[in-house]
Amino acid sequence: MKSFRIVVLAKQVPDTRNVGKDAMKADGTVNRAILPAIFNPEDLHALEQALCIKDRFPDSTITLLTMGPVRAAEILREGFYRGADDGILLTDRAFAGSDTLATSYALSCAIRKIKNFDIIVCGRQAIDGDTAQVGPQVAEKLGIPQITYAEEIVSLTENKIQIKRRLERGVEIVESSFPVLITVNNSAPHCRPRNAKRLMKYKHASTLSKRQESEEDYLSTGNHAHLNIKEWGVVDIECDHAQLGLGGSPTKVKKVDNIVFQSKESRRLDDFDDDINVLMKELITSHIIG
Amino acid sequence: MNNVIVYCELDEGKIADVSFELLTKGRSLANQLNCQLEALLLGNNLKGFEKEIFPYGVDTLYLADDNRLSPYSTLPHTSVMVNLFKEEKPQIALMGATTIGRDLGPRVSSALKSGLTADCTELEIGDHEDKKLNKVYKSLLYQIRPAFGGNIIATIINPDCRPQMATVREGVMKKEITDANYKGKIVNLDVSKYVDETAFIVKVIERHIEQSKIDIKNSPVVVSGGFGVGSAANFKLLFNLAALLGGEVGASRAAVDAGYVEHERQIGQTGVTVRPKLYIACGISGQIQHLAGMLESSIIISINSDPNAPINKIANYVIVGKVENVIPKMIRYYKENTK
Repeated sequence: MKSFRIVVLAKQVPDTRNVGKDAMKADGTVNRAILPAIFNPEDLHALEQALCIKDRFPDSTITLLTMGPVRAAEILREGFYRGADDGILLTDRAFAGSDTLATSYALSCAIRKIKNFDIIVCGRQAIDGDTAQVGPQVAEKLGIPQITYAEEIVSLTENKIQIKRRLERGVEIVESSFPVLITVNNSAPHCRPRNAKRLMKYKHASTLSKRQESEEDYLSTGNHAHLNIKEWGVVDIECDHAQLGLGGSPTKVKKVDNIVFQSKESRRLDDFDDDINVLMKELITSHIIG
Repeated sequence: MNNVIVYCELDEGKIADVSFELLTKGRSLANQLNCQLEALLLGNNLKGFEKEIFPYGVDTLYLADDNRLSPYSTLPHTSVMVNLFKEEKPQIALMGATTIGRDLGPRVSSALKSGLTADCTELEIGDHEDKKLNKVYKSLLYQIRPAFGGNIIATIINPDCRPQMATVREGVMKKEITDANYKGKIVNLDVSKYVDETAFIVKVIERHIEQSKIDIKNSPVVVSGGFGVGSAANFKLLFNLAALLGGEVGASRAAVDAGYVEHERQIGQTGVTVRPKLYIACGISGQIQHLAGMLESSIIISINSDPNAPINKIANYVIVGKVENVIPKMIRYYKENTK
């Protein structure tokens, strides 16, 4: 039976979805430190699609690949709990300051090293940037086709995949051969929950840096090779250094402004009947409504 | 050479509004840069579209007319664009932040190793001084967008790479023709020279496109709900009020993510931009991304139980109270006092 080699691209992101007031500093900037770091939601949707492929072709392997600081290994562990076979953390100071293009270049070099991949799956976009660029940019760098906004795998055979993708006002079913890169939409099914057995098995999985930090017996994970999360730096991938990090990023942030809105003179009303009646009367007499 | 180019998108046989909006913006950028405005249209049976495109002040229209270019597919469109850009070296390339633009833009930027900024809310021309390199860049494209949870506005530039690429959502820029009799020239591209046979590897098997039933963009009244509305059931109140006032229901991203209403109703940087006569924000706290999509409303009413919700600062009227108490009162007064 055919087995697919699947790579899932994932990102650890600050949870920007419910930024409370306490997340804002007095000067109007975001206090990133207090936002929880999470598995980017659409990347979890992507992991689910990979697991669905593995359900149908059980000999398939799922490698989770993330780029970020050492801490980002947390989402690899989360991926193990849910069914990923292998995890790679791409981490190096040289990657710092990457824009989407430099990020996709580094990821594509890491994927080349993984080799023989059939399917790359990732979320459509990350919630901290919403650009939806890294997926297509990686596909272009690898010279493979892409299917964006995927919602469902309609059919899968040894050499073809059909995907339903969500458009603005409808759906489209497209067919591709392998290898292919798929970006998964937020309308796709949520990821299955953690598996209790896998949780027990992998809860101590860590990277070498992490073990060094905690001054454990870091050189060996004993007989538990699965507890070692692979960590790749610039030296581990074949790449052109000029295309990495800040230097390899064509876009630069010229300036960042905190937002100060000109406060309007707003009228304050309570939810008493009288207040609302006065407001509605004003709106009707000034022909804004009615 | 070194002009401003706009990728014109076909939406079920019609040019998308966002393309006209970008042509309008493109014309004004080209005037400031003292260069030409160009447009690129790919598809099948393109004769006649020039009559719609030239009035926006387009000097050159590139047509790639081939039945294999419709419906849209990533690789062939990328290939035409990348090869044309290699020849023509535009300094600025704009496209809609639509399903198509967001599929195509990053692919093209990756191939050309050029920077792309997604979902810009403003585009301007300005200079940049790099103090480290002691170098001054003249007339760059400032790509302005809210960033990081919408709490800041970032100005992004591409000092060294061309084209400077940006995507913009529909409705963000205004659409205005330059001159109904503007005359440009048509350049028909020989598609086979621009696209390799191997680009047709992905096949579209089926398409189901529905006519959009929701038209928030052109609605004079928008009743919009946020996470504070609390449930899909509570949203019914908003629908009732909107129906009564002849308006539409909008939503913040938090409400859409919570599944209260469909994504088509999302207002803000990554949704629709609206400029209604009246905007009633119900239980919306007012993150910048949301405000970016409704700031130009004539009258803004905020209904919020939190008297310090950020949106209150830009509201003309602030009603401190619960949405489920306030809306029925509005409905009742309106019913009793209008015909």
